[in-house]
Amino acid sequence: MVTEVSRIHVDTTINSEPVEFLCDGSQSLLSALRDEVGLTGTKEGCSTGDCGACSILLDGRLVPSCLVLAAEAQGRSVTTIEGIAQDGHLHPVQQQFLQHAALQCGICTPGFIVAAKALLDAIPNPTETEARYWLAGNLCRCTGYDKIIRAVMDAAAETQKATV
Amino acid sequence: MSAIRYEAPTSIPDAIRLMQADPAATVMAGGTDLLVQFRAGIKRPSAFIDIKRIPDLVRFSIDPNGLTLGAAVSAAELGESVEFKRLWPGIAEAAALIGSTQIQGRGSLGGNLCNASPAADTPCPLIVNHADCVIAGPEGRRSIPVEQFVIAPGKTVLKAGEFLVTIRVPRPRPITADAYLRLTPRSEMDIAVVGCAVSLTLDTNGVCTAARVALAAVAPTPVLVPEAAQALIGSRLDEDALSRAAAAASAAARPIDDKRGTIVYRRQIAGVLTRRAAAIAWRRAKGGN
Repeated sequence: MVTEVSRIHVDTTINSEPVEFLCDGSQSLLSALRDEVGLTGTKEGCSTGDCGACSILLDGRLVPSCLVLAAEAQGRSVTTIEGIAQDGHLHPVQQQFLQHAALQCGICTPGFIVAAKALLDAIPNPTETEARYWLAGNLCRCTGYDKIIRAVMDAAAETQKATV
Repeated sequence: MSAIRYEAPTSIPDAIRLMQADPAATVMAGGTDLLVQFRAGIKRPSAFIDIKRIPDLVRFSIDPNGLTLGAAVSAAELGESVEFKRLWPGIAEAAALIGSTQIQGRGSLGGNLCNASPAADTPCPLIVNHADCVIAGPEGRRSIPVEQFVIAPGKTVLKAGEFLVTIRVPRPRPITADAYLRLTPRSEMDIAVVGCAVSLTLDTNGVCTAARVALAAVAPTPVLVPEAAQALIGSRLDEDALSRAAAAASAAARPIDDKRGTIVYRRQIAGVLTRRAAAIAWRRAKGGN
């Protein structure tokens, strides 16, 4: 017999705004963000936690949203790529991605930017080695990594200059 | 097919009740292995019981007795503790090797144990540090050494209605340090071909008085190698002692041939990593990094 289980109601905060959505028990947060909430900036790459395209911040911590259940967002704070620019101003990481043309097809870009923002929050002045290790879980299949690393290192330098 | 439920109990008794009520339900911590296995069709649970709303499962403390680590604390959160990294650099370096920054934001040491992969990184350094698993279940709590927790690939001693709640690591004795090394073809985002954890205690003359050596990815479960430890005890880790420890580790390894490495290669590497990890632990115990 097929049992109809009602969908789960989730009250959460996404990009500093209160949000409610309905989800299924096994639905990923990635899927809920895109298909229930309509925030399609977060991308699906592998859905196995290997590629980093779906990176978000959950209570400020960098996580793969494909390996978070949507129902876990209840009462938590979620930051997606749509919440990285503040008051109409791009984050330094976003600005430097443009400056360096650090993207081609763009599928990996939201994940890289969210991960790089988390890096600069944790280590404001990273070495290139630290940046490369931090971003090792973000895969890019077209631009390659050098321009991305240049963009992140310049964003760090710019942020440091601004805070001196 | 019926929908899969999501449960988020806020206490250990509530979690046990949910598990007893539905034997097909599965406990979820970070989900970094479980959700991948679920989507691949390897696991078909009727419900996810998310234990991260249980306060004791998501906190850790370090006191004079040692570390009390909630089974669902993320590797990233634990790795931010300076005191943790100072006392157990070997456990810290193993935890920092698992997956990506993103995976470490979710994955826990408890989950690493419960997933019971032969190639898991953190069980071995926990074992050499005499860590215990605290298990809660319908009949109360029990505690067992980490080396007895995993019984086969993907299988643990957990019985129906039981789950891992805490990992307890005793505070290291004076002049004691640990180290963990693994071999992977890539420098990041890979799974161990062989892993080796060593813990050493020295006397004030630099002579090794106690040692533990454990190997990962060379058998169905983590392998504690007392013969390698014996080779180090009583020595100042001279060439002879290191060679005997390496030979003992190679002899204890029971690896398989697979895409990551051959039996012969893994045996050889088990010895090499034992020698190198012992040297790092010795240097750390003497006050170096």
